[in-house]
Amino acid sequence: MAEPVVLLEGVRKSYGDTVVTEVLKGVDLRVDRGEFAALVGPSGSGKSTLLNLLGLLDRPTSGRLAIAGEDTAGLDDAGLTRLRGHAIGFVFQFHHLLPGLSAAENVMMPMIAREGRTSRAMIPRAVALLDRVGLEGRADARPSALSGGQQQRVAIARALALGPPLVLADEPTGNLDTKTADQIFDVLREFNRELGVAFLIVTHDPRLAARCDRTIDLVDGAIVSDRPRIAEGAAPQR
Amino acid sequence: MPISWFLALRFLREGRMQSVLIVAGVSVGVAVMVFLSALIDGLQSSLVAQTLGTQAHVVVRPPDEVARPLRRPEAGVAVAARVEQTAQRARSIVGWQQVVVTLAAMPGVTAVSPVVSGPAVALRGNATRAVVLYGVDPDRFARIYPVRQRMVAGRFDPTSTSCVIGRELAVDLGVVVGDRVRLAPVGGAGDVYLVAGVFDLGNREVNRRWVVVSMRGAQTMLDLVGGVSSVDLRVREIFAADAVAADVTARTGLVADSWMKTNAQLLVALRSQASSSQMIQFFVILAVAMGIASVLVVSVVQKGKEIGILRAMGTARGTVLRVFLLQGALVGLAGSVLGTALGAGLGAGFAAAARNADGSPTFPITVSLALVARSAGVAFLTGVLAATLPARRAARLDPAVAIRNG
Repeated sequence: MAEPVVLLEGVRKSYGDTVVTEVLKGVDLRVDRGEFAALVGPSGSGKSTLLNLLGLLDRPTSGRLAIAGEDTAGLDDAGLTRLRGHAIGFVFQFHHLLPGLSAAENVMMPMIAREGRTSRAMIPRAVALLDRVGLEGRADARPSALSGGQQQRVAIARALALGPPLVLADEPTGNLDTKTADQIFDVLREFNRELGVAFLIVTHDPRLAARCDRTIDLVDGAIVSDRPRIAEGAAPQR
Repeated sequence: MPISWFLALRFLREGRMQSVLIVAGVSVGVAVMVFLSALIDGLQSSLVAQTLGTQAHVVVRPPDEVARPLRRPEAGVAVAARVEQTAQRARSIVGWQQVVVTLAAMPGVTAVSPVVSGPAVALRGNATRAVVLYGVDPDRFARIYPVRQRMVAGRFDPTSTSCVIGRELAVDLGVVVGDRVRLAPVGGAGDVYLVAGVFDLGNREVNRRWVVVSMRGAQTMLDLVGGVSSVDLRVREIFAADAVAADVTARTGLVADSWMKTNAQLLVALRSQASSSQMIQFFVILAVAMGIASVLVVSVVQKGKEIGILRAMGTARGTVLRVFLLQGALVGLAGSVLGTALGAGLGAGFAAAARNADGSPTFPITVSLALVARSAGVAFLTGVLAATLPARRAARLDPAVAIRNG
């Protein structure tokens, strides 16, 4: 665990040219391999902006941002795309599967993007991942033929297709019922435990946040608290 | 399969209805192009063939005689003179044997036929007809005019005792093959000729006027012993006849008239026909391009979110660009294949439907390989070019924005 999966030092992000809005006001954050952390905060606190920076979909205005030990300041667009491809998996609130592709093809998509072409060897890997998330036999199904929970399972399998050290999940259970949400959460947890993948989960659901190992609280563009999980039944430590 | 192919094919399959419609649109456009081109080409070549069936591509003749008064202008003296122009006599091309050799050696000339021609009268019983007497070398003449293929009776065998005449003249004089007619120069006694054959060159005036005999017979009758009045040429490239004629004049000093000069009006008609057809084709291509572009623009907007996700998963900008260029190219290609088939079918159907009264096709509609290749190439390029704008737009999409707005 020498180098952290995520390392932010004094990261600021502002938008606008004339009227400058500072969304992130100096964020320091370190996430290590195998962590299972929740990112919580009211809407407008800068969670999405932070997630976009972590996902290399946007660049910080100032500060240092390193993903999997690689500093992103010196990378051009192609470099960011490459790093994003092999180091980060995404799970979105709305599964964001490609509707024209089968479940297996959706899972294969990151592999195809990395290799630049399709290959037969990808199919068994995709099917194996689908089996792991509990979708045996649904490899050829179109996303529209799957339920919301099943779609999210495909999205998780896709996020893990290249075995990234970090998975960013934006409200992964946001539009699912409680029972399905719990199941999805369990799947994430399993991958975390078995493969040592670090998860950073943005959520509004205090129930889910409470089940993470660590809760990072973002308010008005700054981290106001960062604490390990309070073990159930134990007395709160103040 | 490369990622751009994989995604382009999946996207086309996903938007099935759109893809089918736009391919159909491109097909119709290409079909119009192919059909129109084939139709215009067929029409033009048929018109030209009809015109040139009874005309040499280039006619070489001696320069006209002009009156040159010997009076020299004197300073300070105004001269009021009316110069009487001379009437043109039948004259021979000086040194025509050498001229024929020179002309035959010219590039672009495929056949040379020296001709002795002049006015004459054909008589039988009390029927008298003014005709044009042609004294020719039968083999050379047949290389200029398709007369051997157009014989309706007898053989094309003009000699100094037998003649070949047109169908209308045969009717006018009431003769059939084997009968005799008297051919005489204007104001002369002439000679009796056997009718060896009757031709139909497809032109009533020609069929009524032309009487073909051997060179020697015409030379005697027209008092041009040992001479020829003109030389007919056939050229390889009919639309280069003008240039060949200019070349002939430059080399021999003789007057050379190309069919393009003698049929200036026909040529103008052909050219304006061609340019209007090109204009129609241009606008058809434009419509096709806009159709492809608009479908792809809509598709980029619809797929904004998906493009964002693809980018988030490590798909390069260039790949996204290629995915949409490929869609345009594939649509263009599919449309051109279907369109050429449709256009060729239309052409065949039209050729079958539009027939002359006697059941022969009015004009040939031939869909040449070059035309097919050109149309397919144009459709393909149009597809790629039309896709450029939407493809660039897709590649420029900010993945973060695309996902958030999705």
